[in-house]
Amino acid sequence: MQLLANVLVDGLAYGMVLFVIAVGLSVTLGLMRFVNLSHGAFAMIGGYVAALLTREAGWSFWLALPAAVATTGLLGAALEALVLRHLYRRSELSQVLFTIGLTFFLIAATNALAGPQVQQIKLPPLLDQSVDLGFRTLPAQRLLVLCAGLVVALTAAWTVTRTRFGVWLRAAVDHPDTASALGIPIRAVQCATFAVGAALAGLGGVLGAELMPLEPYYALKYLVLVLVVVAVGGMGSLLGSLIAALSLGIVETASKYLASDWGSLFFFLAMALLLAWRPNGLLSRGARA
Amino acid sequence: MTTADSSLAPRCGPAWRTPAVVFALGLAAWWLLPDQLGLVTRIAFTALFVLSLDLVVGVAGMATLGHAALFGAGAYAAGIFALRVHPDPLAGLAIGIVAGSLIALASGAFLLRYRGFTFLMLTIALAQIALSLAQKARDWTGGDDGLTGFTMGPLLGRFAFDLEGRTAALYALVVLTLALYVARRVTDSPFGLAVRGIHENRARMAALGTPVFVRLLTIYTLAGALAGAAGALAAQTNAIVGLDSLSFALSAEALVMLILGGAGRLHGAIIGAVLFTLLHHTASSINPYHWLFVVGGALMFVVLVPPQRAWAWLRSRLGAHESRPVPAVTQEELA
Repeated sequence: MQLLANVLVDGLAYGMVLFVIAVGLSVTLGLMRFVNLSHGAFAMIGGYVAALLTREAGWSFWLALPAAVATTGLLGAALEALVLRHLYRRSELSQVLFTIGLTFFLIAATNALAGPQVQQIKLPPLLDQSVDLGFRTLPAQRLLVLCAGLVVALTAAWTVTRTRFGVWLRAAVDHPDTASALGIPIRAVQCATFAVGAALAGLGGVLGAELMPLEPYYALKYLVLVLVVVAVGGMGSLLGSLIAALSLGIVETASKYLASDWGSLFFFLAMALLLAWRPNGLLSRGARA
Repeated sequence: MTTADSSLAPRCGPAWRTPAVVFALGLAAWWLLPDQLGLVTRIAFTALFVLSLDLVVGVAGMATLGHAALFGAGAYAAGIFALRVHPDPLAGLAIGIVAGSLIALASGAFLLRYRGFTFLMLTIALAQIALSLAQKARDWTGGDDGLTGFTMGPLLGRFAFDLEGRTAALYALVVLTLALYVARRVTDSPFGLAVRGIHENRARMAALGTPVFVRLLTIYTLAGALAGAAGALAAQTNAIVGLDSLSFALSAEALVMLILGGAGRLHGAIIGAVLFTLLHHTASSINPYHWLFVVGGALMFVVLVPPQRAWAWLRSRLGAHESRPVPAVTQEELA
């Protein structure tokens, strides 16, 4: 029973981290049709900024978290505005090559600047303790991850479906020319969407540092997992990504607890079965080519 | 026939021309650079692997990131055969080819039902499953320590594998040349044209009566045979098989090499493999930790300045005025 509860809590937390990182990728890949393989690098940068600020500069975690998120968001916006927007009309293969090159570059840069060792984020005392929920005690950090994931999911769903910005985003995606003719600032919408996606990846990198250790190859190692979440969930579908992230997170955690010497076998087996069952993802947004 | 059509027609040059050029250049390198024979061998089996990837990505138009599974299957099969059954290299090569094509046939029967992004993600999943299985089957594969302890017998019973790697380099070069010839003949055959047709327009080829699934499975199995041969060569010449021969990084690097050299025309695979391996070799001998800087920078550069445009610019600078269409699948068409 204890084991089952541990698997469930850790699995849900792991899934939530995957989801928070995957949201941005799901939106850029599914809605903006831009294959961004440097997304894992954004999560890594967020985590590194938080780790360096808390450890070297002695900042409080609660200050370093928004700083890290803002840094990744600004970096995403700058990249989008300067380089990536020129690639929107290029083939998927060009996008893949460019962003994977960017990932290699960022890995090398992190390695050169911060060294190859694993970075720890110093947690405040509030998160280091356990929380008694009455029926069970949980590490406070896991609780924060779960709550943050839920908040991100609800806010993202609300933004896309209920706000003016969401309407603009969907219009800019479905009919860019018409949307632009109607006076919607589609460049600003694209840039802001990309920046928010990058910022969320940064948030995921900070929150998930306990579960996904921060090291230079983080960007490539977890990129595959995030891509899997997006593919299984259905590109552009937030709810699909959430379901996929949580179920795959539980599968991965359970196999780590129960059958660790099988590596990631069960994770990828589950993914292959889910994709074979629903090739366009659990919940796909409309028909895709 | 208009010029646009002739760019897709089979090439008029004899099929042995490219393999002959590759063999001559390889032989020259073998002759002139006796202390770089390890690098020559490495380039030869890498080029063979990228050639196999070109059949899937460039000719058949199916982007895959799991090609290392086929390479690793050939490598482990050849290594285990040498360790447990017989040290003859040619028999090991045959076993590697069989292993690669069997894995390709089995996985292709499942994978080829899907297309595009789903296909891409499923290839990643299968390669990762293969990696996990190899890690788990420690008794057979050596797990994280790698498969070692096998020595190769003399080639054809006569030419022993020497310490400088003269035999190994020549052996790898000959296999690459033969494979390139076979691949060229296959892609220029009616079968190869049907596969190119499926790449261009699947629905139309199906309407014309081409059995799409069978054609794709056949070319995928052939690609598996070549990738298995590449893996077997790598295992035999290095005398070690590591888990990295099944890794995602290997699949991704091979794809990068293919795009670098130009997909869809076979010799592009060779050029890309040579360029990338040389780049990797030089960059990592300058600074073993930071060679990713160079590779990442080169990748971004290739996208911002595509090779086709660079070649066209170079050609116009050199005063070649005839605008010959490039007989290749350009990057934009691959999408």
